[in-house]
Order: sequence, then structure tokens, then C-alpha cells
Amino acid sequence: MARIKLTVNGVRHSRDVEDRTLLVDLIRDELGLTGTHIGCDTTQCGCCTVHMNGRAVKSCTILAAQANGADILTIEGLAKDGELHPVQQAFTDCHALQCGFCTPGMIMAVVGLLKDNPRPSDEDIYHGLEGNLCRCTGYINIVKAVKQAAAQGADGH
Amino acid sequence: MFSLNYVRAKSLKHAAELLAQNPEAKLLAGGMTLLPTLKQRLARPSHLVDIAAIGALRAIRPSKGKLSIGAGVRHYEVASSPIVRQAIPALACLAGLIGDPQVRNMGTIGGSLANNDPAADYPAAALALNATIVTDRRRVKAGDYFQGLFATALEEGEIITRVLFPLPKQAAYEKFPHPASGYAMAGVFVAVTARGVRVAVTGAGPGVFRWNAAERALGRSLSPDAVAKLSLPADEMNEDIHASREYRANLVNVMTRRAVAKL
Repeated sequence: MARIKLTVNGVRHSRDVEDRTLLVDLIRDELGLTGTHIGCDTTQCGCCTVHMNGRAVKSCTILAAQANGADILTIEGLAKDGELHPVQQAFTDCHALQCGFCTPGMIMAVVGLLKDNPRPSDEDIYHGLEGNLCRCTGYINIVKAVKQAAAQGADGH
Repeated sequence: MFSLNYVRAKSLKHAAELLAQNPEAKLLAGGMTLLPTLKQRLARPSHLVDIAAIGALRAIRPSKGKLSIGAGVRHYEVASSPIVRQAIPALACLAGLIGDPQVRNMGTIGGSLANNDPAADYPAAALALNATIVTDRRRVKAGDYFQGLFATALEEGEIITRVLFPLPKQAAYEKFPHPASGYAMAGVFVAVTARGVRVAVTGAGPGVFRWNAAERALGRSLSPDAVAKLSLPADEMNEDIHASREYRANLVNVMTRRAVAKL
């Protein structure tokens, strides 16, 4: 067992978990933040994307122990004072989802993309979202939403 | 994943001690290959010794006319480093093609070289650029380091600390990625050095290798046409559901020409 201390969406938590516990399981099962989804559990689909110390990562392929002391941001931490993050708003406006399963991970990946590259070209968007799969294949509106968020100056912060 | 003990190493010395005390321990850096392996229960280490937080492994700096990259440096850091972009832009470009953004945010150069996946990108750069793999015990030239499928010169408990890249006059990397995994079905790194042209191929064979015939041809004439009529023996290439041996041999030729055209 290991005592894990980490900050999630600005709130400090401390939990005792088995050393083999995955970060996504800590986030979902221990902290009850079920917006972070487990899609493939094999590092391919990106549904479990969260930010660890400011970088987008796949929480199904990180041990909770590796995140000990880290600052984690999940989909639940994006909206501020009841107002959606510009990337969330753009996904709503552009109907950038069908079933919605990939959406939290997709949005966290887009926030990471815009942080590195606030004005991405179409190619940059395709390359930047390579780690996220939409099982409904609804990519056209997702790319549209990224462009809208970028045009409105969502720089990922 | 089987039950295991996680330990965060405080220093290189601490990590080496933990490995010596626990013969079934494994090093963990980014974990982008190791964790999926553990989840499939293909390995059962007693301990994971996490070396990601060791500061001594994290530097990118010029070193006596060479570029030194710490083993714990992550792919996105290599891809975005102004020092790497200035010294060896092809290496920064290669790092930006590994996996996907989330994988690049975790995976490390040391982890990639220690694993020596036959389709990984970094081995091609290390071999073509004649890099030196520096460990906590010695220095190993890339030509001696890579020993085929997932095999390297690393001994039990030996830890890569950094990689020294001599600066080429020109270099370029081109890969044909597998459309789902992003791994190289064929990746070719061409380096023009003071001692001649070096061509290293990943993804196509059982391990990274130099294409000597292409090196000689490009030494005479540094143009894509110089290798157009060369062919690799297909029986030495990999064959799987994604591509036949002949197709991979052809891809190597095409990637080589594209890399040379990019110089």
C-alpha cells in the first residue's frame, strides 16, 4: 500500500491505495470523479486523458503512485464559476459529440493542444488529436470545435 | 497487473542500490511501454523503481561539440527544445512523431533506447548519428549497443543516464507509420557526417540496422536518385499482417529517398 497525496482540480486529497492502482482508478473509484472515462484500457483511445502537472496524459497508463505529489486537472475542473471552459462551449456549439463517451478525454486533449499551439492548422489539429479516438467517427465537428475555440482565443488555460 | 512494490528513487545511486537489492526489480521512467506490458501480465517485476524524478537525468545541453540528452527527458521536451531544434532539427522532428501527444508527454528517450522495440524511432537516430549511450557504468557506441529484437548491450541493473549525439552536417528522418499505432513500418534516418553518410533503418527488420549499400551510393551522390535502383534483400525484413517482406523492403527505399530529399 502507498499513501498518495495529490491535488485534483485544486483540491488536495490523500488516499491509501495498492501500489499497482492506476491513476484513472484512483480518480474514478476513490475520488468519485467519473467524468474521466476508461475506454480501451490500452493507451489507445484517450478517453481517460487528464492533465498531470499541466500536460495531457492517459491516466489508464500511469500508476497513482507516479502521480504522488502531482497537480491533476480533470474534465470536472475545467468550468469556472458555472461557466463552461471555451473548449467545452465550442464542443456544445459545434455539436462535436455523438454518443459523448470520448468527449471528456477529447476536450482535455484539445485544451492541451491549444496550450502548446493556440492557432493550429487543420494538419496540426489532426496530428494533435492522434491520441484520441471517437468511436462514432464524429471527427468533422470535433475539428470544427477546435477551430472555434482557437478563434475565440482559448489558449488552453 | 500483478501485485508489485513501487519505489521512487531519490538519486541514481539509490536506484542502482534498489536494483542490486531486488533482482526482479524493473526501472520505470515514462512507463509507456512497461505499464501496458504489466497490464497484459507479460512481466512480473517485484518492484518498480521510478527514476523519472531524478534531476540528473533531465538535462538537455551542448557538450563539447555534441548534444547531450538526459535519459529521463520526455519526447515532447526533445520535440520542443530550442537547443535540440538548433543542433539537430531532425531529432526534434523525430521525437514529435512518436506515438501521440499524451504518450510524448510521458515517454522518455532512455526508456525507448533501453526497450529497443524493433519499430521504435529513437534507435534509428542513435545509430545513424553514431550516438554514445552513457550509463552509470560506461559508454557504449550505438553500433555496439543495439543487438536485435528488444536486445541491447545493457547488463543487469545498468542504468542509461544520457545519450551523446555528435552533430551531423545534415540529417533527416522519414517514417511510414502504422496508421493505428504510429510505430514505424519503416523509418529511415539519414545523417551526413564528416566521415560520410550513415543510413539507419527501423521498423522494417528484426532490429535497427544500417543500410550500407545506400550509404555508399549516397556518399558518391547525395540525391534521392542515387538509391532509386537499390533494393534490400526482402528475406531479411519483417513480415506480419500489416505488410509483406517485399512491401517493407520497398518502403525502406521510398523512406530513404524522401529523407534525402528533405536534407
